[in-house]
Amino acid sequence: MRLKMLNDVDYLISKPKIGAAGKTGLWRQFKPVVDEKACKLCKVCILYCPENVIEIVNDQLKIDYEYCKGCGICSNVCISNAIKMVEESE
Amino acid sequence: MIAGLPGEELFLQGHTACAGCSQALAVRIAMKALGRNTIVCLATGCLEIYSTQYRRCAWKVPVIHMLFENAPAVASGIEVAMKKLGKKANIAVFAGDGATADIGFGALSGMLERGHNVIYICIDNEAYMNTGIQRSGSTPYAAYTTTSPPGKVSIGNKTFKKDLPSIVAAHRIPYVATANPSYPKDLYKKVKKAMDFDGAKYIHILTPCPTGWGFESNESIEIGRLANETALWINYEVVNGEITDVMKIKEKKLVEEYLRRQARFRHLSKKEIEEIQKIADENARIFGL
Repeated sequence: MRLKMLNDVDYLISKPKIGAAGKTGLWRQFKPVVDEKACKLCKVCILYCPENVIEIVNDQLKIDYEYCKGCGICSNVCISNAIKMVEESE
Repeated sequence: MIAGLPGEELFLQGHTACAGCSQALAVRIAMKALGRNTIVCLATGCLEIYSTQYRRCAWKVPVIHMLFENAPAVASGIEVAMKKLGKKANIAVFAGDGATADIGFGALSGMLERGHNVIYICIDNEAYMNTGIQRSGSTPYAAYTTTSPPGKVSIGNKTFKKDLPSIVAAHRIPYVATANPSYPKDLYKKVKKAMDFDGAKYIHILTPCPTGWGFESNESIEIGRLANETALWINYEVVNGEITDVMKIKEKKLVEEYLRRQARFRHLSKKEIEEIQKIADENARIFGL
């Protein structure tokens, strides 16, 4: 009886998870595309990304398109104009 | 490390905040400063709705969701309990402007009065955005909301924005600050500084809302900067009752530039804009900008 109750309590606890609301990248209308030649790796986009989807892998900017909502802030704050917003096509 | 900020993310991607939500950015930066050893209390609001769905949550730290009115009271309880248990942790409250200025103000005032060692962070998007843009005590003068619609007899919100940081500072707590996610390093520095003080701390963050204010999702950072540059919002600190470290503006802009970019101020005529300019000039005079 007691064990069962404990299990029930455990069931009510939320666990941390990347993508708590599913693949939010499906919302995207415009896709940020990085121009590797123009990018100076200044990390301003990483600092301002509200979604925390940009990281640097092997000295290249990598955007996680699974969760990027395509808000365009990265493109807007980029000092060297290296991120272009391209319309999504099916 | 990113621009002097720790790389560890405690607020995970894939929550349901609107695209371009600067509140998500503010919370992300604040969590970088607070670190892993933190207990978070959330009042009802956008933040709670989009980050803690049933069984999954976007937080890597313990989070407790409370009602609109009692998040500071719960945080006070947690602080006392942790003291009794002999454990040390940062206790932070994240609450919106509705929960802070209107509904939960009594509990907040009580917490400040008793001086619990809690960091209270108010994320102010200037209306009840979560339930569909109703006006709150923090909504600025003449702004459109669904409960203050402009028309023949109304100019929008009739009342002025409640000056919460000053009200909180009047409780004589050691640290009060205002911040803006358009200046993330400043925000990080202020949360970090708040952790050094013993007693109740309060940080008020202006978070431009693309949905409620009516601008494109990529403009959040720009609009936030304009709020500072027009002196309608001022980043400052109050340390032990004295105003210090007012963020200087390089080039002061007219409020019209800020107002015209937002749909909630689209109905304004010259007369109202002049009145809002007066508010900005008064702010600039008080803080010596």
